Amino acid sequence: MTFVKTKIELSKLLPGDILEVLLAEGEPLDNVPRNAKEQGYNVLSVEHVEGTTHKVVIKK
Amino acid sequence: MTEQKKLSIIAFSGDFDKLTAVFTLGTGAAAVGYEVNIFFTFWGLDAIKQKQGRSFTGGNWLTKLFGFMMGGLKVTPTSRFNFLGAGPKIFRYLMRKNNVATLEELVEAAKALGINLYACEMAMHVLGLKKEDFIPEVKDVLGVASFLNLSEGGQTLFI
Repeated sequence: MTFVKTKIELSKLLPGDILEVLLAEGEPLDNVPRNAKEQGYNVLSVEHVEGTTHKVVIKK
Repeated sequence: MTEQKKLSIIAFSGDFDKLTAVFTLGTGAAAVGYEVNIFFTFWGLDAIKQKQGRSFTGGNWLTKLFGFMMGGLKVTPTSRFNFLGAGPKIFRYLMRKNNVATLEELVEAAKALGINLYACEMAMHVLGLKKEDFIPEVKDVLGVASFLNLSEGGQTLFI
């Protein structure tokens, strides 16, 4: 579901816009960067924020 | 050049848990680029009704009874442990607590991702429903032959 929401937000952006996604480790952390890349988006960074939360920055 | 991946789901069941599966699969597939078709038939028609809540739709008393029993997403029962309506409330609470999308959120996501929603003509007639009774995002009313045509080349699931 995390990637579903990410995809929906990404589709609303203009090219060049940036989206920050805060997500849980485990499946979302595996899925979101990989699927974003496969769909042609630019994954700028994946960093650990705190606890089990990570941040993925994606550029359209 | 690989072909477009396609997933078609026959949504027969009107249960809360099974509809959650339908929309989780559908939105998950659509998010990774699948073309997704969902064919709502029989009890599944409950999920795409415009009017939320129970009401007496339909021409005669039998269809009005169905209109009352099938009150849309808010009142769909779980297939087990429904406990007179407590089941869905408990599951919704658990889902929200675990940050899992609720059924309503999944349906909104399905619309946002452009998933093709279809209503079954046969079931509509039997249950006394018209196209106007459904949400506007329903793309078309189809029969089996048309659905088999458009699901060809992809995977089909029956839920």
